[in-house]
Amino acid sequence: MAQKNIYEYDAKRLIASELAKYYPEFKYHNKLAVIDCETDIDKAIADNSWMKTEKVVVKPDQLFGKRGKANLLLLDANCDEMKDFCYSNLNRVCEIGNVRGALKRLLVEPFIPHEKEYYVSITTERDGDVIHFSFEGGIFVEENWDKVVHIPIPIETDITTFDLEGKMPDLGDSNNILIPFIKGLYQVFVDQDFAFLEINPFAITEDNKIVPLDVKARLDDTAMFLHADTWGNPENPIEFPAGFGQELSLEEVRIKELDEKTGASLKLTILNREGNVWTMVAGGGASVVYTDTIADLGFSEELGNYGEYSGNPSQEHTEIYAQTLIDLITKAPNLKGKEKFLIIGGGIANFTDVKATFAGIVSAIKKSADKLKQANVKIFVRRGGPNEKQGLELMRQTGEETGIPIEIYDRYSSMTRPVARMIEEIRGEK
Amino acid sequence: MESYELFNSDTQAIIYGFQANPVQRMLDFDYICKRKKPSVAAMIRPTQEAAIAYHKVFWGSKEIVIPIYKTLQMAVKKHPSADVMINFASFRSAYDTSKEALETDTIRVVVIIAEGVPERQSRILLKIAEERNKVIIGPATVGGIKAGAFKIANTAGTLENILLSKLYRPGSVGFVSKSGGLSNEMNFMIAQTTDGVYESIAIGGDRYPGSRLIDHLLRYEANPNIKMLVCLGEIGGTEEYEIVDTLKNGKITKPIAIWVTGTAAKILPKGLQFGHAGAMAGSSKETAEAKNQALKEAGALVPESYEDFDKLIKETYEKLVQEGKIKPAKEEEPPKIPTDFNEAVRLGLVRRPTDVVVTVSDDRGDVPTFAGVGLDNIVRENRSIGYVIGLLWFKRELPEFAQQFIEMVIKLTADHGPAVSGAHNAIITARAGKDLMSALASGILTIGPRFGGAISDAAKYIREALQKGMNPPEFIKYMKDVVQINIPGIGHRIKSVQNPDVRVLLLKEFVFKNFKKHPHLDFALEVEKLTTSKRNNLILNVDGCIGITFLDLLENLDFTSEEIEDVIYSEALNGLFVLGRSIGMMGHIFDQKRQRAGLYRQPWDEILFSE
Repeated sequence: MAQKNIYEYDAKRLIASELAKYYPEFKYHNKLAVIDCETDIDKAIADNSWMKTEKVVVKPDQLFGKRGKANLLLLDANCDEMKDFCYSNLNRVCEIGNVRGALKRLLVEPFIPHEKEYYVSITTERDGDVIHFSFEGGIFVEENWDKVVHIPIPIETDITTFDLEGKMPDLGDSNNILIPFIKGLYQVFVDQDFAFLEINPFAITEDNKIVPLDVKARLDDTAMFLHADTWGNPENPIEFPAGFGQELSLEEVRIKELDEKTGASLKLTILNREGNVWTMVAGGGASVVYTDTIADLGFSEELGNYGEYSGNPSQEHTEIYAQTLIDLITKAPNLKGKEKFLIIGGGIANFTDVKATFAGIVSAIKKSADKLKQANVKIFVRRGGPNEKQGLELMRQTGEETGIPIEIYDRYSSMTRPVARMIEEIRGEK
Repeated sequence: MESYELFNSDTQAIIYGFQANPVQRMLDFDYICKRKKPSVAAMIRPTQEAAIAYHKVFWGSKEIVIPIYKTLQMAVKKHPSADVMINFASFRSAYDTSKEALETDTIRVVVIIAEGVPERQSRILLKIAEERNKVIIGPATVGGIKAGAFKIANTAGTLENILLSKLYRPGSVGFVSKSGGLSNEMNFMIAQTTDGVYESIAIGGDRYPGSRLIDHLLRYEANPNIKMLVCLGEIGGTEEYEIVDTLKNGKITKPIAIWVTGTAAKILPKGLQFGHAGAMAGSSKETAEAKNQALKEAGALVPESYEDFDKLIKETYEKLVQEGKIKPAKEEEPPKIPTDFNEAVRLGLVRRPTDVVVTVSDDRGDVPTFAGVGLDNIVRENRSIGYVIGLLWFKRELPEFAQQFIEMVIKLTADHGPAVSGAHNAIITARAGKDLMSALASGILTIGPRFGGAISDAAKYIREALQKGMNPPEFIKYMKDVVQINIPGIGHRIKSVQNPDVRVLLLKEFVFKNFKKHPHLDFALEVEKLTTSKRNNLILNVDGCIGITFLDLLENLDFTSEEIEDVIYSEALNGLFVLGRSIGMMGHIFDQKRQRAGLYRQPWDEILFSE
């Protein structure tokens, strides 16, 4: 629940549908098409006849920028060139900013000949928003950051009566186009609960029309309920894709679906399937502290996952969550017979019932007892909160019954004591 | 109250939302803190119909009531000294309700519990708060606690935890964090390493919290009762740099131990939501390492990792004690809260007799049961109404012929035209504009000794005759001389031996075919032979036949004679008539209602007016 990236395609479509309300001169061509691995390209061309009649631009739409510099931008191309570009790039694995991933989604739109490239973006701060504008847009904007003007707009400002002109550089002939455009864009930003919007660059055509060329945007997804008529339609909500190269694994998808079903929170990110250290920590704050401590003490490479469960999940959901982790920890090869560690951690809960959630975890442990023993898994537990004594006792009994080594710590040990103990164990300082 | 204080031990809150558990927890806290009055003045429940309702809560071992208002406006008017609103509204309505509270004259602090309040709405709220010199705690928080004085809603969990964390009396440490879960952990850790917290606030995990870490740290700095500060920051945003600046310009002079969590973000995929909504580093400045480093350089006490945080806090505290800057808080025994009855039952500490014994049905499980049989089975196996009556009336699975007999009786008694007293009364009442239940009840109320009563009376006397071993002539004489009434169930206005009642024929036919024995019917038919020899309309009528054959039914089931006595005593026979006839009476009521029939008035010419 927070600021979420959206596809460039969706961002452009949202702006196209909303901007004319505030800036009627905005006449967007609305010629946008996504080509992904499933698209029948010939059918796409048939559906979008402009692809044949106009020169086009093709670029990946997977939440990363600097596509020109990465040679992933096809400009001023004809239809055949477009097809070639799509065929040769779709499904191609490449590395973008140290992340490897496959190109899966391309955006096609008409090529707009232009001379000047402008920059505009809007960001949010505590007491207001900031409009950033520059004449020097495009790929060199970062190098020319000193030429960007930053105009703070206090929260709840009526932008229509706001003196934007007085705070902008001399816009010359373009003043009558740029000022209403930026004001309109700001209204869309506010109205649609954008959290970030960057158009870099946009062009002004010969007939004085503004065309956004590259767009990057984040929406505040908590505002979804306010936008059922645009991007928050519950039947067909806008997509919040994962970053490039971060397609969710089966296990992550399963937990995500579980999370969406309940009022509780269940999160899982797999970091290293071969890792020897896995965590199942209760609470958003505590899970961060556990992960930190493992990294701070130098064991980040061993860490299998990041995740958390909180908000008093049901026993059943906790069991599914625990089972997913146990499957992961026991699936990874363990050729050297090295010990593996599962840390079932957490702070002192306000209201999550320790006994009930532990009953779910224990049920998963018991069902997988043989697997856990074969994989040489040692479990560390630390937890407090309602029914903590019964919960910890349940864990102790489970250790005795199954023969799985389970070390248990209560509220009188530091919250991250299991991490310290695990490291002692790894270093052989029992 | 001093400007650096949000709460004291007189503070009272208005709770937005009907929140029975948090309210009870607040009052339990109040009680062990020996507060003079409860910390909850009222609740708001916009969905209720009444302007004011009342909710019972415990204050120690006694019960008190807390008013529940329909509107905040009214609550504020009635409780002008309540200056805190704890807002349990959902993320959808948190904005409107918080705004309303901020715009009142009396509410000074608004706590927003909901997670998922849109960021722009939060920012508008904090602007209003700033303009009106008010404080917001949250959104997305459990709240906070001022030890020994005031507890927000669910903060600090169970009573046991409050006692272990010594939150019932103030210590010397001011604590603030983003995370509500960790604040509970930290309250206990601080109680273990120092004399405990003085005040502890969780500002919530959002990107734009209503009040920031620095806002609370500055309050703690100004409060002479607080001797050291502890803070837990978080990756993302630049809030902690406000603390850096404040340290640098000397506005915080008390020792401050602080740790910014999220140092592991570098090993996680970029853009991953790490814990809370606000926890995402947008730039290198927003990383946990950068913040910890900057804080350390500005003079804050920063541990190497969270694992060392407790030691650092302990050392800092002990140094302050040695320097004489802290006089450790005195330990005191807080009053005991009586165990909740349900909890005591769970623990097996108390028992209580029940008031009612019920043996026919149970609705406590997943599926209601009738005499132990699940309603789901009854429906799936397509059981008859006769079967259901057997379960609920006689606690038995009746055999097929008994089910059929009961259903036959219901059919036979379902209606007897509009003129009989039950239907007549029902029609008149319906036409007087009364509702279905009233009209039906007025019809049912006519059932008794003269209308429908022959059924149970016929059964009663024939049974008596058989029990006493009378023969038919003796019985007729007994009824005439001793009981001194006509034999119930014998005689018909129109029907006669030559013109028999088809309903009676059907009943007799069924009984002869399906019942192994039928002594009551046999006896009654002997009696009928004698009576019809006197007059041909002194036949066994349908009421009598139902009553008598019902006795035979019981004979054919596995009822003991005591059980049969119970069935008759409990008026099961009247029950059959009431059940059957209700169908017909409702038919008449619906008929009149469909026609929108007007008020019935008996015509004068049907009445003889006389002296």
